[in-house]
Amino acid sequence: MTPPPTSTPPPVGAVRPYTVIVGLEVHVQLATHTKLFCRCPVKFGAPPNTQTCPVCIGLPGALPVLNETAYYLSVVTALALNCEIPAYTKWDRKNYYYPDLPKGYQISQFDLPMSCNGWLDLSDAQGRCSNRRIRIIRAHLEEDAGKSMHDEIAGRADTRIDLNRTGTPLLEIVSQPDLRSSAEAKAYLTELKLLLTYLGVSDCNMQEGSLRVDANVNLHIPVGSGTPEEIIETPIVEIKNMNSFRAVERALDFEVDRQYREWQATGKQKGEMPKQTRGWDDIHEVTKPQRSKEESSDYRYFPDPDLVPVTTTTDQLEAIRSTLKELPAALRLRLITDYGVTPYDADVIVNQGRTLADYFLAVADQCGDGKQACNWVTQEVLRSMKEGNLTIESFPIPSLELGRLIQSVQAGKLPRSRAKEVFGVMLEQILDLDTTLSRLGIQAVDSGALTDLGRELLAANPKVVADVQAGKEQAIGALVGQAKKSNPNVDPGVMRQILLDLIRQSAG
Amino acid sequence: MSLLDHSALELLALLQSNQVRAEQVVTESLSRIEQLDPPIGSFLHVNHDGALAAARDVDRRRHLGQPVGALAGLPVALKDLICTIDQPTTCASRMLANFRPPYDATVVARLRAADAILIGKTNLDEFAMGSSTESSALQRTRNPWNRDHVPGGSSGGSAACIASDLVPLALGTDTGGSIRQPAAFCGITGLKPTYGRVSRYGLIAFASSLDQIGPMCRSAADAALLLQATAGHDRHDSTSADVEVPDYLKAIAQPISGLRIGILRQQLDSDVDPEIHRAVTEATYVLKSLGALCQDIDLPHSQYGVATYYVIAPCEASSNLARYDGVHYGFRATQLTAAELTASESADLESEGPLVRMYRRTRETGFGAEVKRRIMLGTYALSAGYYDAYYLKAQRVRRLIRQDFDRAYQQVDALLGPVTPTPAFRFGEKSQDPLSMYLGDLFTVSANLAGLPGLSIPCGITVQGLPIGLHLQGPSFAEPTLLRLAHAFQQATDWHARRPPTS
Amino acid sequence: MKIEPADVSKVALLARLDLSAEEMQAMAAHLSGIVGYVQQLQEIDTSGVEPMAHAIELRNVMAKDVVAASLSRDAALSNAPRHDGEYYLVPAVLGE
Repeated sequence: MTPPPTSTPPPVGAVRPYTVIVGLEVHVQLATHTKLFCRCPVKFGAPPNTQTCPVCIGLPGALPVLNETAYYLSVVTALALNCEIPAYTKWDRKNYYYPDLPKGYQISQFDLPMSCNGWLDLSDAQGRCSNRRIRIIRAHLEEDAGKSMHDEIAGRADTRIDLNRTGTPLLEIVSQPDLRSSAEAKAYLTELKLLLTYLGVSDCNMQEGSLRVDANVNLHIPVGSGTPEEIIETPIVEIKNMNSFRAVERALDFEVDRQYREWQATGKQKGEMPKQTRGWDDIHEVTKPQRSKEESSDYRYFPDPDLVPVTTTTDQLEAIRSTLKELPAALRLRLITDYGVTPYDADVIVNQGRTLADYFLAVADQCGDGKQACNWVTQEVLRSMKEGNLTIESFPIPSLELGRLIQSVQAGKLPRSRAKEVFGVMLEQILDLDTTLSRLGIQAVDSGALTDLGRELLAANPKVVADVQAGKEQAIGALVGQAKKSNPNVDPGVMRQILLDLIRQSAG
Repeated sequence: MSLLDHSALELLALLQSNQVRAEQVVTESLSRIEQLDPPIGSFLHVNHDGALAAARDVDRRRHLGQPVGALAGLPVALKDLICTIDQPTTCASRMLANFRPPYDATVVARLRAADAILIGKTNLDEFAMGSSTESSALQRTRNPWNRDHVPGGSSGGSAACIASDLVPLALGTDTGGSIRQPAAFCGITGLKPTYGRVSRYGLIAFASSLDQIGPMCRSAADAALLLQATAGHDRHDSTSADVEVPDYLKAIAQPISGLRIGILRQQLDSDVDPEIHRAVTEATYVLKSLGALCQDIDLPHSQYGVATYYVIAPCEASSNLARYDGVHYGFRATQLTAAELTASESADLESEGPLVRMYRRTRETGFGAEVKRRIMLGTYALSAGYYDAYYLKAQRVRRLIRQDFDRAYQQVDALLGPVTPTPAFRFGEKSQDPLSMYLGDLFTVSANLAGLPGLSIPCGITVQGLPIGLHLQGPSFAEPTLLRLAHAFQQATDWHARRPPTS
Repeated sequence: MKIEPADVSKVALLARLDLSAEEMQAMAAHLSGIVGYVQQLQEIDTSGVEPMAHAIELRNVMAKDVVAASLSRDAALSNAPRHDGEYYLVPAVLGE
């Protein structure tokens, strides 16, 4: 054992004398109508114990039958995560006692999971982390347990059990310990969640428990000066009870500091103590040791004799792969190359979710200008959504109307200066473009009329003409103002250009 | 002369031709149970009112010319680990003594659809773990042929009620011989079908990859009738075979001339009771005289059957029985107040917490010795460090056992041998020595491990007056062949028609 | 193969049984006997033999993702040793 170093921890912000090693286990509830092994509904929020049957209560004699859709969704996800899908997979029983596990075992997958060896690329143009490939060890299907409610009201010591959730299909996605910071962990989770929602395999609602995260974390601390450098590994700690990505980030930050301090105090290394489980306390912002179940690691896995194996052929996999929806990374690339959107904006649009991305695509296709569409969507639309607390699904301006608005500006039918005003009215009063334009009295001014107006103004203001010809181009501003007064539909930019062109022509 | 002297098929003909009413049949069955069962103890629950109501309903519909099911009016007894919504289902365990399933097993639903009359639930070894019905926590069942002897097990109640002519038809379950061995001990016909032939949905699991429900009756013909009504694919059982159900009654009428039978010489010449050896040998002469072609055949790995079985079955059982923890149903040990605890109990409570304490007290009190033994054995064999040496090794030997059968069935259509090494033993003779009890399963466990059908028919009676069983086994879904051989044998002999002496 | 009462005690906790000292002795003897008998499997050469977990070679048995009726809550709770009409009740779970 290496004696603990005597140095104090480095000040915040200093280069840390260790590498953070994080692996994440993510449980995702798949978007099925029914449970993994019975046909009870999985609707969230039903009254307790109203969505159960002999199978999910584990009544004697009841038998499980695999949900076809759950299996399909798990394959879709695994393919999107670049996983290998073995030709053969099976179901195992994980045996342990807990009151929310009515059979006394969980049906899961042990040594032959339905997928393994994948990866997820992190490419964060918004600059929160560097581009990284995070390897996925495996993703496997398993059934959820029920809910235990530990009553803290004095005098009622009983724990209450609700089995509605029991048997809900979960896909457990286990990453390699490839993450090197809490920020990377958060970026991984964000990208994973985005991918899952793009695929439509899960709603990823953390509040409702559709996405749960456990983290395994330890530190690699270089010691001594030999080459190669000697590395000391701190004991791995599993962190549970993190209810948001923010909690994951904070829990990891806390745990990293705690482990470093503990190592300094005790010098304990990996292998010198059993793997510890700690729970994140969101209120006090600390991780606390959880009571270890004395023999919890002996789950006595064995193949579930009630369920038969699943085999998949290459043809079947290719058929599913060909139906895979566009993934966030591919869409970002398409926005950049096909729509001329900057990587940063592509990230903003794609990360808002598939519905907003589709909204953008429809706007862009309607107006034929990706950059303009991007400006409108990333600025006006996102700002209005935020201010009005709206979702894109409930956004009052349909994508095609916004596309037409941009088109009208481009065609000169709508003065650029009034476009935002029009947008505002369409949003507030839930009106279409044409109605808004006519309510605001905005009519298209054709360029012939503008030229006539320009000639009139120039004839009446020879001093301005002279000033411009003398190089004081800003003098034209007065005439643009007059033009707008005589016709409010005049686009100042367009008018200005017409006036300048006319002066140039007369001079030539 | 009782109506119940008739076979199920004869009764069915009488019912269909309106010579008797279902209510008469059921009344007769109920009164025989009431009069004759107390000293035998086959039934744990008699569905008196429900059975009579169902019989009257069948009679009413028949009278109105409405269609009725294939078993309309025939009483059927169910081994009490098959779930029934209207009757308790106890597994002969304290753990489930008050359990009332909120659903019917698939076989029960099929029997109801066939208008069979569910007359009651029969005794068994607790959770079907045993070979004598002695491990029932609820009552003792005696062998109708000699009440000092066990009826066999675990389907001892179903075997005894058929042997006593209390009902014409019964269902048992067979995990390692639990239909065939009691059938042999009680002198009746019992068939363990191919794994997957009959749905296990609603059969309370002992060892899921071995359990199978099957008919227990007085003759092969009646077994064919009951199998017909219960077999077939069930989408609620993932291990149910989607294989067409043949017409078993038609199949049994075929002659057996030319069928090739492999004599399991090694089993016959092993340490079996000489009277059994003689009776089984004589049975081969009968089958030969009917045109069957006999040759000796060997299943080299079957000698490892018991060792293999007593790893796999307890492993699965230890997990299947984890659900009996006093939380969602069944027995829960009462929670003692702190003052009622002994010092050591207080210490346990302190170290384990009230939940673990409740689990352990519940399971300790709710299960009997044999069940606990098998749970312990299975838990041990699956625990860290032992899995490969026991469970995995046994699953590999299991495949070798299956391959032996596959090879044998390339040469023959069926295998013949003894069901048991001895006739029914006395109470207490083996219950103190679990291993000696397990070794009695030597000839039956291989069929379960391989998932293949096996049938036991009476083929003799010992000098002491105890029945002897003949074991016929076949390849997957060869129930028609087995029933055909058994039927031909029963047409040529009368062992199946012998009745226990009336006391 | 001798199984000691200490091993039995460990397994009994795993299995959530609570054997008395007397039972512990008998259990150790019985288990030793059975496990000893089972040792004969070790003499068989099973190299290259696939384990056989099922008695029937079925694959890909699945059901459509269509909701079927659940049990009523009363039916679900009807066999519970303790419930409050809404939930199953169990002694407090410590340490969670």
